[in-house]
Amino acid sequence: MTKKLMKGAEVIGASAIAAGCKHFFGYPITPQNEVPEYMSKEMPKIGGVYVQAESEVAAVNMIYGAAGTGTRVMTSSSSPGIALMQEGLSYIAGSEVPCVIVSVSRGGPGLGGILPSQSDYYQATRGGGNGDYFMPVYAPANLQEMSELMQKAFDIADQYRTPAMVLADGMLAQMMEPVEIKPYDSKNIDKSSWATTGTKGKRKPNIINSLRIKADALEEHNRHLNEKYCTIRDNEKDYEAYQTEQAEVIVTAYGSASRVVRNAIDNLRDEGLKVGMIRPITLWPFPDNAFDELPDTVKAVLSAELSCGQMIDDIRIAARGRWPVDFYGRTGGNIFSSEEIEEKVRAMLKGVISNAR
Amino acid sequence: MPDSMIFQRTKGLTDAEFTYCPGCTHGIIHRLVAEVLVELNQLEDAIGIASVGCSVMAYDFFNCDMQQAAHGRAPAVATGIKRCLPNNIVFTYQGDGDLASIGAGEVVHAAHRSENITIIFVNNAIYGMTGGQMAPTTLIGQKTTTSPYGRKKEETGDPIRVSEMLATIPGATYIERVSVHNPAHVRKTKKAIKKAFQYQQEKRGFTMVEILSTCNVGWGMSPLDALDWLEENMIPYYPLGVYKDKVKEEGRQ
Amino acid sequence: MKNKLTFDVDRCKGCELCIRACPVNILALDEKRVNIKGYHPAYIMEPNKCIGCANCALMCPDVVIKVERVKSDD
Repeated sequence: MTKKLMKGAEVIGASAIAAGCKHFFGYPITPQNEVPEYMSKEMPKIGGVYVQAESEVAAVNMIYGAAGTGTRVMTSSSSPGIALMQEGLSYIAGSEVPCVIVSVSRGGPGLGGILPSQSDYYQATRGGGNGDYFMPVYAPANLQEMSELMQKAFDIADQYRTPAMVLADGMLAQMMEPVEIKPYDSKNIDKSSWATTGTKGKRKPNIINSLRIKADALEEHNRHLNEKYCTIRDNEKDYEAYQTEQAEVIVTAYGSASRVVRNAIDNLRDEGLKVGMIRPITLWPFPDNAFDELPDTVKAVLSAELSCGQMIDDIRIAARGRWPVDFYGRTGGNIFSSEEIEEKVRAMLKGVISNAR
Repeated sequence: MPDSMIFQRTKGLTDAEFTYCPGCTHGIIHRLVAEVLVELNQLEDAIGIASVGCSVMAYDFFNCDMQQAAHGRAPAVATGIKRCLPNNIVFTYQGDGDLASIGAGEVVHAAHRSENITIIFVNNAIYGMTGGQMAPTTLIGQKTTTSPYGRKKEETGDPIRVSEMLATIPGATYIERVSVHNPAHVRKTKKAIKKAFQYQQEKRGFTMVEILSTCNVGWGMSPLDALDWLEENMIPYYPLGVYKDKVKEEGRQ
Repeated sequence: MKNKLTFDVDRCKGCELCIRACPVNILALDEKRVNIKGYHPAYIMEPNKCIGCANCALMCPDVVIKVERVKSDD
């Protein structure tokens, strides 16, 4: 058990390598450049492959090809780059090949800015590409958790034959924390029934494909995918409930924002105020079950996001009208302070609740 | 003397019937690629990439592992596969809409990296699958459904000569343009395809064979007239020949 | 010995590429027949004149034609 002071971007790379990922395809974009830099340095040492693609479009299609061989493979990018990758992500989901995508999001729309932001919640959880598909999205709040979720993402991707995303922002990718990269006993899932590795003359050809010309065939495929998504919804929701006992206001926050909210909750509890936090660890599937576990004392829910309000949609669905859902957000790379959250929550405790974002 | 086989369907193709229009020369090119994979004993190690266009369902026709790629991205998909399985044979099968237009970036950079893959580039100067629209390779004056008055240079530029362009890239190992408009040229085409796959097996780097092909339906003529049109119109603008053979230039080692 | 052509008749799309490729002009579309696809399929008019060059098979886009050298019937 030795912890090492590491930068977030290095944690992403080191954890992926520990999970057996030996192939990285990517394209530079701030604020995640330290990920490809780390991979370009480390991959040659372990007999792995680092390829700098000519674009995010090419990178994600390299991932698609590599994933088709059954190899553990990943890429990393940021908001506009992830937007370009949606073509490939849709193909990867439709043809059911496993891979991991790291999204270190920045502010938008357009070129936006490079500072920490959570305005890509929709992009991550709604599937920016075409078609009926989803992918598991993990949102770590500290670097130890980031390491563990990176490794888990590879397993989940293999288990469900799906792309899996780890969503962070510049704060998490650029900060340093002591981390233990745990030796990882990756699940050995047999991929021989579908991976394209050459028939060796011993089996019929494997075909990786998302095209279904006939309506019935495509509907059957979509139903199959949907059943898989239902299974993921049943089994993979994850969240942390923090100080929810007797809470009257619940703040919901994920990733970097949840770090500030945790401080605010601690300060408010020190004042004797009854507030708690739900921290989604999976953004898709959204942990709506967390809200069913809340005590009867809850009077209102706040969504605190580094955006103009995106996760609030999922919270409102999960709240099912049981509580008013209010919103507090900052954008553009500005991060709300603990005091801002505390002030908002104190107002809510006094009954000042806005139902609009 | 016992009976002997002069020509029969190659095991490199599945039993599936081609979905191409009558007289479309895609079928000839499919067969040549499949025959070469069998003759070089590469079929069981081969992974093919089907692209978007008329040949999208090539994954049903080649009797080897196949992956279907997004429009133009086949060289990137092939790169991903080859970097994971460097000892397998990886090829893409792409049309001119796919490779010369939306996929122009991917093919240039795959050549630039000298990815050890083989690209079968079928140039019929039109978008076939979508209904005969103008391609970057459409000839000046050629009428298509989106150049109904004939392609005008002033509006669209000249047709792209892909082989000539890729031959200027240092990473490109072997680039040849061939045609399948008559039996003699079909034989030459097979030789070119064979050389490309041989070079890949020898890990020589990026190889591409551009094959002039017909689209009689898209061109609005009979299959036989299309063969003549190819010979009379395409070959003068797209001259046949070897544009790059680094192995030959550097002397075979 | 003689050369024998076999057509996989129901795969033929009647495109005539084989007919033009034949150097001895012995192939034609059989206008008395319609195959399962609705085309007049290609056939050999004078089997004994086939020189076994396989040009027809080389040009056939649907891999319909098999070419063999077999014992003569007579």
